[in-house]
Amino acid sequence: MQKIGVFVCWCGSNIAGTVDVEAVAEALKSVPGVVYSVSYQYMCSAAGQKLITDAINEYKLDGIVVASCSPRMHENTFRKTAEAAGLNPYMVEIANIREQCSWIHKDKEEGTKKAIVLAKAAVAKLKNDKPLKAGTSQVTKRALVIGGGIAGIQTALDVADAGYEVDIVEQRPTIGGRMAQLDKTFPTLDCSACILTPKMVEASQNEKINIISYAKVEKVSGFVGSFKATIRKKARFVDETKCTGCSLCMQKCPSKKGKDEFNMNMNNRPAIYIPFAQAIPNVAVIDPEQCIKLKTGKCGLCEKVCAAGAINYKMEDELIEREYGAIVVATGFKPIDPSPLNEYGYAENADVVTSLELERLMNAAGPTKGTLLRPSDGKHPHEIVFIQCVGSRCDENTERGKPYCSKICCMYTAKHAMLIRDKYPDTNVHVFYIDVRTPGKNFDEFYRRAVEQYGVDYIKGMVGKVAKEGDKLMVRGSDLINNQQVEIAADLVVLATAIEPDPSARSIGTMLTASMDTNDFFTEAHAKLRPVESPTAGIFLSGVAQGPKDVPETVAQASAAASKVIGLLAKDHLVTNPCVAESNELMCNGCSQCEKVCPYGAITYIEKEVRGPGVREVRRIAQVNPAVCQGCGACTVACPSGAMDLKGFSNKQIMAEVDQICL
Amino acid sequence: MNSIKSRALELLSDGTVKRVIGWEKGEGEADWSPALFETAEEMNSFVYGDYAGSNLSKYCLKFNLAEGKTLVVLKPCDTLSFNQLLHEHRLNREKFYIIGAGCKGMKDENGRLLKCNACKGKDFEVYDEIIDDEESRKPLNVFDRMIGVAELEKMTAEERYEFWRGELSRCIRCNACRNVCPACTCVKCVFDNPASGVQSKAPVTDFEENMFHIIRAFHVAGRCTDCGECSRVCPQNIPLHLLNRKFIKDMNELYGDHQAGVGTEERTPLTSYTKEDAEPSVVHERGNA
Repeated sequence: MQKIGVFVCWCGSNIAGTVDVEAVAEALKSVPGVVYSVSYQYMCSAAGQKLITDAINEYKLDGIVVASCSPRMHENTFRKTAEAAGLNPYMVEIANIREQCSWIHKDKEEGTKKAIVLAKAAVAKLKNDKPLKAGTSQVTKRALVIGGGIAGIQTALDVADAGYEVDIVEQRPTIGGRMAQLDKTFPTLDCSACILTPKMVEASQNEKINIISYAKVEKVSGFVGSFKATIRKKARFVDETKCTGCSLCMQKCPSKKGKDEFNMNMNNRPAIYIPFAQAIPNVAVIDPEQCIKLKTGKCGLCEKVCAAGAINYKMEDELIEREYGAIVVATGFKPIDPSPLNEYGYAENADVVTSLELERLMNAAGPTKGTLLRPSDGKHPHEIVFIQCVGSRCDENTERGKPYCSKICCMYTAKHAMLIRDKYPDTNVHVFYIDVRTPGKNFDEFYRRAVEQYGVDYIKGMVGKVAKEGDKLMVRGSDLINNQQVEIAADLVVLATAIEPDPSARSIGTMLTASMDTNDFFTEAHAKLRPVESPTAGIFLSGVAQGPKDVPETVAQASAAASKVIGLLAKDHLVTNPCVAESNELMCNGCSQCEKVCPYGAITYIEKEVRGPGVREVRRIAQVNPAVCQGCGACTVACPSGAMDLKGFSNKQIMAEVDQICL
Repeated sequence: MNSIKSRALELLSDGTVKRVIGWEKGEGEADWSPALFETAEEMNSFVYGDYAGSNLSKYCLKFNLAEGKTLVVLKPCDTLSFNQLLHEHRLNREKFYIIGAGCKGMKDENGRLLKCNACKGKDFEVYDEIIDDEESRKPLNVFDRMIGVAELEKMTAEERYEFWRGELSRCIRCNACRNVCPACTCVKCVFDNPASGVQSKAPVTDFEENMFHIIRAFHVAGRCTDCGECSRVCPQNIPLHLLNRKFIKDMNELYGDHQAGVGTEERTPLTSYTKEDAEPSVVHERGNA
């Protein structure tokens, strides 16, 4: 008979408030096999752990049950305690009597009864526990960063700085992301390109950083420390190694009807193009939808003018396969399309623009060369209305927009308002807002400057209608402070549109088995304590992919993610979880059902001579790669013969728990 | 059909196959049993015809590792079972010579077999040669096989519980259903596995005994071709096929139509996860209906 110790934690009043912990300890004393049972205020404290260590030594315990908080919190603590006392760390079972008991019950009698049952179930499981030994797996000392915006660039720079190789995979032809499209940045009003492009150059010059632009991560397999990714590098029809970025081809290209994505489609670009002057890599790309040569076979002008001989119309997509120890998701965001929000008339009126479009209209490299002109007739606007919270902070149940606050709009609207008032003092600027949210270093001062120094007219209230009348846009809204309806004849209306995760995020999340919230933002491992890690080991989060944030916050999180990556890559080996699946070869049918349900590709089949009582034949049997298996247990359920079992959570152990609770 | 017999004899005699799995007559006129023929002499008692109802796919398992090829006679519906076993890597296609035998619907002493009333058609999923005639290619008059299930679904949960308790109370645990089932092919059945904790276990209640059939239905779910052998062999006339058909109906409705044993090996409704899969709440609600 095993000698089992039971340790019931009070967790101060967290558990003891609704569970009679002493009664639980007392009740467990009479369970066969239990030789010691005690309760204590804080089992996780040094004194509590000493209580466990002493009991293990004094009573020569074979295993312990700790009735306490969720195993997510302190299972590791108690495993280490047991190990220090000479016990196998996997001879420890946690009965969760806090999250799954005391916190959800109000009635003490009920709570106590349930806590006793849960503790008894843990004892029943423990009796079927076997000592397990953790293995190790190798760490590939290279990181993959998905997304080459400021978040991805910063993470890559920091990881490379620590001496590790980093690949940045960017879906667009250049890195830089959204920040490259911004004109100025708040609250200092420095030029966005001026602070971003040195980082882009630094990334491209860093020997440890390999930029794979115009590419997509297509498949990821493996696990923490040892991922394998397939990257599809789209054909750009220009040889990256030869192109000098002279842009002569752009001038000669006769097809000029492509929409300039970098300028938010507000002007046209040639079929062969470099997205913007400081693009990295500074290499042209051919848009196959617009290229006359690729569509009809005739033309070939760019090839003729290219002195470097970089044009290759026969180029095909390239598949790159590489191994990585860690993966960072920095997929960023895009502004929502405000067209479905009819009241703002975005789809009908060229002079209703989004804030990101305004950034381009104000930028020297933009469609108007930096002079603020309205898109419809190229005239200077003299009355400008900004509308905040367009598609943000919507009712959870509407399809109109996002339930969350997009966080950056209050500040960039103040920035736009201030810049316009500064450059065009004859222009009136009105801002409709619900709240002005400016927490952040020097943020509120910035907003107050817009109001007090630059005389921006802030109106608390929302806009009900934007309608075209002549060459004016009539903006009707409510002024909640003066309790009246207002109507402004505007020349330009700017929508502070909500931001949403980049559309590529969802498929990347599925590929990485990294969890996402209902808005497709990546979920962190712990909202407060592990904000830059995904719950999936080896996957880290950087920038807006995790939730709306501004540039300084993005950079801070990017560096935090980098430090986590460095911590991982610095290890030569990782200790693997010994709770993995194992196939009993005598019972295995070789039917492939487990292989089909395995989400990690951990199961393969071999032809093997199987020997057992009365059996000696070659059979096709399943084999689990313990380094790849994550212990999810899907195979054990799919296996019809019961050959597949999960160590530490065997069918027998689970049945013992169920029997204890139900019988 | 004498041509099947003569062709089988020919292949056995010229050494193409080492043995033949077919049928021979038993005691009664309508009682034909699966049989193994290894010599030309033994082939004298080979029969094929109206009473060759049994599905011979499962018998192939025994000869998968045997020396030489084995000839097996399979009716159209039997080929689904054989093909399903190929999907599960339980049979080696190279080791078998399949004669696809034309079928006009099989009988027993009481007339047409229940399973043939839900005939799945006259196509052979896998074969080396087909021996049939015009008559056997004509489709059978069949009824909707889900009628019985629909009637069960109309019952209240209590009525249904009582129905199955009544039916299953007759079970004598002879294991005929399990032993005949071409989906029940585990090298070691969980009910015989000493490690499972249920082998030779005396039931605490008679309900536990009933669970045998429910567990079995779960184990074959997604792989059951609805060949109907379980109900055909049950000496207690328990309508076991209704359990399997309920699973098939649910899977078809939740995940789209699927017939086990068709086509090539692929992910089946229960071994694939897609975004279109029914949410657990939907499955839960249906379970409560």
